[in-house]
Amino acid sequence: MNHSILMAILILSPFVGFLINGIRYKKHSANLSGSIATAAVFISFISAILLVVDVIGMPEESRRIAVTFFDWMVVDKLNIGAGFVVDQISSIMILVITGVGSLIHLFSIGYMHHDKGVAKYFAYLNLFIFNMLILVLGDSLLVMFVGWEGVGLCSYLLIGFWFTDKEKAAAGMKAFVTNRIGDAAFLIGMFILFMTFGTLNFHDLNALAPTTMEASWMGAVTLGTLMLFIGATGKSAQIPLYVWLPDAMAGPTPVSALIHAATMVTAGVYMIVRLNPLFLVAPNTMMVIAIIGAATAVLAATIGMTQWDIKKVLAYSTVSQLGYMFLACGVGAFGAAMFHLMTHAFFKALMFLGSGSVIHAMHEEQDIRKMGALKKYMPITHFTFVLGWLAIIGMPPFAGFFSKDEILAYAFGSPFGSPILWVAGALGATLTAFYMTRLMALTFWGKSRVPKEVHPHESPALMTIPLIVLGVLSVIGGWIGIPHVIGEVLGHIPNVWEHWLHPLINEIPGYQPLDHATEWGLMATSVSLALVSAFVAYTFYVKKTDLPEKIAGSIKPVYTLVYNKYFVDEAYFGFIINPLVALSKNIWFYVDVNFIDKTTYLISDLMRGMGSLVRSLQTGNMQQYAMYIGIGVVVVLSFVLMR
Amino acid sequence: MLSTDVFTQIGLTHYLVLAALLFVMGMAGVLLRRNVIVLLMSIELMLNSVNLTFVAFSKYMGNLDGHIMVFFVMTIAAAEAAVGLALAVSIFKRFKEVNIRFFEHLKG
Repeated sequence: MNHSILMAILILSPFVGFLINGIRYKKHSANLSGSIATAAVFISFISAILLVVDVIGMPEESRRIAVTFFDWMVVDKLNIGAGFVVDQISSIMILVITGVGSLIHLFSIGYMHHDKGVAKYFAYLNLFIFNMLILVLGDSLLVMFVGWEGVGLCSYLLIGFWFTDKEKAAAGMKAFVTNRIGDAAFLIGMFILFMTFGTLNFHDLNALAPTTMEASWMGAVTLGTLMLFIGATGKSAQIPLYVWLPDAMAGPTPVSALIHAATMVTAGVYMIVRLNPLFLVAPNTMMVIAIIGAATAVLAATIGMTQWDIKKVLAYSTVSQLGYMFLACGVGAFGAAMFHLMTHAFFKALMFLGSGSVIHAMHEEQDIRKMGALKKYMPITHFTFVLGWLAIIGMPPFAGFFSKDEILAYAFGSPFGSPILWVAGALGATLTAFYMTRLMALTFWGKSRVPKEVHPHESPALMTIPLIVLGVLSVIGGWIGIPHVIGEVLGHIPNVWEHWLHPLINEIPGYQPLDHATEWGLMATSVSLALVSAFVAYTFYVKKTDLPEKIAGSIKPVYTLVYNKYFVDEAYFGFIINPLVALSKNIWFYVDVNFIDKTTYLISDLMRGMGSLVRSLQTGNMQQYAMYIGIGVVVVLSFVLMR
Repeated sequence: MLSTDVFTQIGLTHYLVLAALLFVMGMAGVLLRRNVIVLLMSIELMLNSVNLTFVAFSKYMGNLDGHIMVFFVMTIAAAEAAVGLALAVSIFKRFKEVNIRFFEHLKG
C-alpha cells in the first residue's frame, strides 16, 4: 500500500478512536469503548508492522520512509513541514508503542470495567497513543515537540483521572508543572540549535553536526544539547526533575504501565538517541548525562528498597531503569540505550500490569504489608511476574540481562565511561535485585498477611492474556541483541540489534571493544552480585522476617532519610517552591494590590469626583432642563447682541 | 432713538415689548408651574407672543410673509394642544391629578 496512506492510518487511527469515545463518552459502556479504543490502536499496530516490513525490505543504507503531509510553517529560513519518518530508530518505537499499547488497552477493559468514566479513560488513552506516535515519528524537533507536549497533557489528564480525589488531582498538577520546567529548557535548546544550524530537521541536524569535539562548556552544541537534556530530565524523570513520577502512580494502573513505564518516560532517551551525532561531539554534555543517569539509577533504587506501596516500588524502579538508559546515552552506547528502552518497556509494562492485577484482586489495596502468599490465589499473575522479576534483575537469558549488561560493559569500556560509572551501575543492579525480590517476597511469597474480609482471586482472561504475551516478550525480547562474546560461544548468533541500528548511530570515537575476558568478568560480577542480593532479600523477607526491621532500627537515621525519599520533595518545597510562593505573595501584595490597584483606584476616584460635581445638574426634572435651555438662550443672545 | 412719540403713537416697538412680556410670562409658567393644563396654556401664550411678533413685523415691512407663518404656527399649536390634552386626560384618569411629575411614568 501507499506509504503516506499507511502513515496516515498509523497516526490517525488512535485519533479517530479518541474522537469517537470522546464525543460519546457518556453513552459508551466499558466493553464498547474498550473495543473501539483497542481496535484503533491495533489498526495502528498493523500499519506499523506493514511499514516496518517495508523498511526492512529496503537496502541497508537507505532504510527510511519519509512522508510530508503539508507545509506547517514557512517563515524565512524556518521551514517546518508536518513530516513523519519511519527509520531504524522510530520503527522500534512505533512497534513498542502500538504493540504494548494494544495489550495495555486490552488489559484496561478488564481493569476499568466498573469505572463510571470508562469511555473518557479510553479516549484519553487513544489521544496519548496519537501524540506519542507524533513524538516518535516527527522528522523535526518542532513536530516532535508537538507530540512531546501532547503526551504531557494526556499524562496530566490520566494521572488526575480520578480528579475528585484532591491528592490525585494534585499529583497530576505536579507532573504537569515539573514537565513544564523541562519543556522550557527543551525550547531553549531548540532555539540554540536553530540559531547555530538554521534547521530543526533531525536528518539535517545530524548531517550538519561538527566533526570535531567541542571542548568548551559554552559552545553552541554543548549548550543546546545540555538544554535538550534538561528537557529530557523532565519528561524522563531524572534528577533533579524526577519527583513527579512516583506521585504519578495516582493514576489508574494501566496508565502507569503505558505512560509512566513503557512509552512516554522514554521519550527523553529516544530524543537523545535521535540526535546522537550532536551529543557525541559534546563531551561535557555526555559527562553530565552519564553522571545524572548513574546517580538517578542508584538513588531511585535505594528509595525503592524502603517503599511499602507496590506501585511506588515499581515507580522508583522505573526511575532507576531510566537512569540506566541515560547512563548508556552518556557513555555513547545509544544502541544499548534503545535496547534497554525496549526490553524495559516489556518487563516493566508486564510488572505494572501484574501489580494492577494484584491491586484488582486485593480490592484496591496497594500496601504490600497487607499482601503475601498471593502465589496460590493468582498463579498466572505470579508466574508472569516472576518472568518480569528475572528480567529486571538481569538473569540470563531473560531480556533485561542482555540490555543491562551491554550498558554496563560500555560504562566500563567506552572513552566516555569510567570504572566509577560501572561501579554505580553495578550497585544499581544489586539494589534493583534486592528491592524487586523484596517486592516478590512480600507480595507473592511467605506468609499471608491478607485481611480476612479480602478474598484474592485470579483476574479474568482479558487481563491475564496481556500478561502472558508480555511475559513471553520479557523472556525472548533480549535475544535479538545477544552480545558477540556470548554469540560466539552459542555458535555465531549475530547481534541483530546492533546491525539494525548501525546506520543511524555514530561510532564512539576512539572506542576499543573490551577483550573477552574482561567482558565475561564484568558480566559474571554483575550477575553474581544480583544473585547474592536477591538471595539476601529472600532470606530477609521470607525466612527471617524480623531481620529487616532490626537492621532498619540499627541504622535508623539512614533508614528514615531513605524512607522519606531523601526529603527531596520537602527540600524543593523549602528552598524553591515556598520561597517562590512567598515572593509571589509579596509581589502580589506590594505591586499588585498596593501599587497597580491603588493607582487605578486613584484615577477612578478622580473621575468619580468630577462626575459628582456635575451630577446635580442632571436630575431628570424636565422643567429644570427647560430652564437650562432658557438660560442658555439668554446667554447666547446677550453675547451676540452685546458684542 | 427714544422720542416722545413713544408715548403718543403706537409703533412697532410697543408690539415687540408686549410680545416679549407675553413670552417671558409664558416661559415663567412653563418653568415654574406643576399643573399640566397651566403648562399647556403657558406654551400657548409663548406661541402667541411669537405670532404677535410675526404680525407686527409683517405690518411694518408691508408684506404678507409673517401672516403666512402665523397660520402655520396656529395649526401646529392646535395639534400640540390636542396631543397634550389627550395625555393630560390619560394621566388624570390614572392618578386623579394632572401634576407634571406623573409624566415620569411614561418612561419605559
